[in-house]
Amino acid sequence: MSAQAQSGRTPLSRFFSSSVWTRRTLKQKEELIAYLLVSPWVIGFLAFILGPMLTSLGLSFTETDLFTLEFVGFENYTKLLSFDTTRTLFWTTLYNTAYYVFLSIPLTITAGFFIATLLNQNISGQPTYRVVYYLPAVIPGIATSLLWLWLFQPEFGLINWALSLVGIEGPRWLFDRSTAKMALVLMSVWGAGSNMLIFLAGLQGIPTELYEAATIDGAGIWRRFRSITIPMISPTLFFVVVTQIIWSSQVFTNVYVMTEGKGGPANATLMMVLYLYQVAFRQYRMGYASAYAWIFFLILLVFTLLLFRSSKAWVYYETEIGGQRS
Amino acid sequence: MSGAAIGIGSSGASVKRSQKTQSVLIHVVLIAGGIIVMIPLAWMLSTSLKPPHQITKFPPIWIPDPFVWSNYVRAVTIFPVSFIVFVRNSMYMSLMITLGTVLSNAVVAFAFARLSFRGSRVLFIIVLSTMMLPQQVTMIPLFILFSKFGWINTYNPLIVPHFFANAYFVFLLRQFYTTIPRELDDAARIDGCGVIGLFLRILLPLSKPALGITAIFAFTWAWNEFLGPLIYLSRMETFPLAIALSFLRAAHGVLWSELMVVSFIAMLPPVLLFFVAQKHYIQGIVITGVKG
Repeated sequence: MSAQAQSGRTPLSRFFSSSVWTRRTLKQKEELIAYLLVSPWVIGFLAFILGPMLTSLGLSFTETDLFTLEFVGFENYTKLLSFDTTRTLFWTTLYNTAYYVFLSIPLTITAGFFIATLLNQNISGQPTYRVVYYLPAVIPGIATSLLWLWLFQPEFGLINWALSLVGIEGPRWLFDRSTAKMALVLMSVWGAGSNMLIFLAGLQGIPTELYEAATIDGAGIWRRFRSITIPMISPTLFFVVVTQIIWSSQVFTNVYVMTEGKGGPANATLMMVLYLYQVAFRQYRMGYASAYAWIFFLILLVFTLLLFRSSKAWVYYETEIGGQRS
Repeated sequence: MSGAAIGIGSSGASVKRSQKTQSVLIHVVLIAGGIIVMIPLAWMLSTSLKPPHQITKFPPIWIPDPFVWSNYVRAVTIFPVSFIVFVRNSMYMSLMITLGTVLSNAVVAFAFARLSFRGSRVLFIIVLSTMMLPQQVTMIPLFILFSKFGWINTYNPLIVPHFFANAYFVFLLRQFYTTIPRELDDAARIDGCGVIGLFLRILLPLSKPALGITAIFAFTWAWNEFLGPLIYLSRMETFPLAIALSFLRAAHGVLWSELMVVSFIAMLPPVLLFFVAQKHYIQGIVITGVKG
C-alpha cells in the first residue's frame, strides 16, 4: 500500500500513512497503530489503577496523613485484625457488610428472577412493565436515600403506616440497632429491576424448541422449569451473583446519607466503605485506611475466585451439552 | 415465548381458557408489584406539595390540600448558594465525563475488536479483570496524587480519569463492533482505506447506537456519582446536586417537603433520559449483562 493512496483524507490518517511508516510492513504498521489506539487505556491503567494499587499496598505499611509518613511494618494489619474489639472496628464493619450483602442479594435476585419469569410469559405490555420495574435503578442514590429515609420515618413514615394497617406496630427502623440494617436491605429490594432486565435477557435467549421437546416428552411445568430454565439461566445467574457481590459490598451512598455519615445507631450500619471513608477522609489516617482497603479487596477477591471455582459445579455451559450429544 | 410452550400438552378449548386465566393472573401480580414500586415515588411527589401540617399527619394524606407549589421555590432558595450553580456543576461534570468516556472508549474498543497485535488477548483479560476491582483500593493514592496536582476543589480528579477508557465500556463497544461484518473492512481496505479511515468512515458511523448507549450510561452514572465529589469537593460553590442535597439533609434534617422537592429535581435528568432512550438503555444492558 503506498502512502499516496491514503493521503488527502483526514489529518489523522495522513499522519499515520506518512512516509515514516513506509519502510515497515503493513502488519507492523497496523500493530503500531493498534498500540497507539489502546494506549489511552494502558496509560489509564498504569496511572489510575496499577500504580495507585501498588502505592496503596506500600502505604498500608506506613502511617501517613499527607504531610508526614512513618514506616510501621505490619502494625496496621495487626491492629485491624486484632480480636480485641475495643481496638478495632473491622469485625463490626465486616459483619454489617456481610449481613447486608447476604440478605439483599438473595432477595433482589429472587425478586428480579420472579418478575423476569412472569414477563417472559408472552405477556402484553411487557415494555411498560420493564420501564416501571427498572425505573428505581436510574434514580440517583442521594434521591433514593432521602426518599427511603422519609418512608422509614417511625412516626409518620409510610412503611409503618402500612404495617399498622395489618395490625403490626412498626419498629423504629433506622433509629434502632436491631432493625437499621434490615431497613437498608428492604430498600435494596426496590432496585431489583436491574437484575430483572438481565434475567429477562437470559430467559429470552433460551430456545423455545427445548420447551416444546420436553412438553412432547410429557414434562410438566415444574419439571421444565427445573431441567431447562434453571440450567440454561445458570450462566446469567452466575454473572449476576458475582457482580452483585462486588457492587453491594461497596454500599456507601445510602448509609452515608441516611445516617449522616456516621453509620449509626451504635455502629449498626457502619459498612466497610463508609468506615474506610471515615478513616481516610475524616481522620486522615491514610496508612491505616490503605491497609483496610487492601483487606477489603482481598476478601472480595477470595469470594470472587471461590465463586468462579464453584461455577464448574453448578453453571451449565451450552458447549458442554453439545459435546455430550455428538 | 416459553409461555406459549407451557400451554402445550393439554388440549383444545380448556387450554385456551387456562392460558387466559394464567395471563390474567400474571397481569394481576405484575400490576400489584408495579404499584408497590411506584408508591414511594408517588409519595415523594405528594410530600413535595404538602403544607407543613399535613406532612406529619398519621394516617397519611395522599392528595395535598391545597397544593403548595411554593414549596418548590422555597426548597431551591434554601441554600446559601444559588441552586442553579449546583445544576450547572452537575451538568458540567456529567457532560465532560460523557465526552471523555465516548471518545476514549470508542478508540480503545476499536483496537481490541478489529486490530491484531501481540499481547492483545492478555491485555483484554486485564481490561476485563479490572471490572471486578473495587475502586476503594485506588482511592487513597489517587487522592494523594490529585492533591499534589492541586486538583482538590476542582473537577479534574472526577473528569480526567474518564478520558482514559474504562473496562465496562471497552467491553460494551467491543461487543458491538464485532457484530459489524468484517466484509465491510475488506471492502474499505480494497478502496484504499487505512486503519484510521476504516475506523472513522466505516465503524464509527455504524456504531452510533452503541455510542449512544455509552453516552447515556456515562451521563447517568456521572450524574448519580456521590463518593468521588464527596471526597474532592468541599467548597459549596463547587458542589454538584448530589452533594448539595446531602448538605441540605445534614443542615435541615426534617424539612421533608423541601427534601422531597430537591430529590425530585435531582432525579429528573436521569429519569427523563431513561424514558426518552429506554430502548437503547435496555439494549445496552442486554449486550453486556451489566446493570446501568
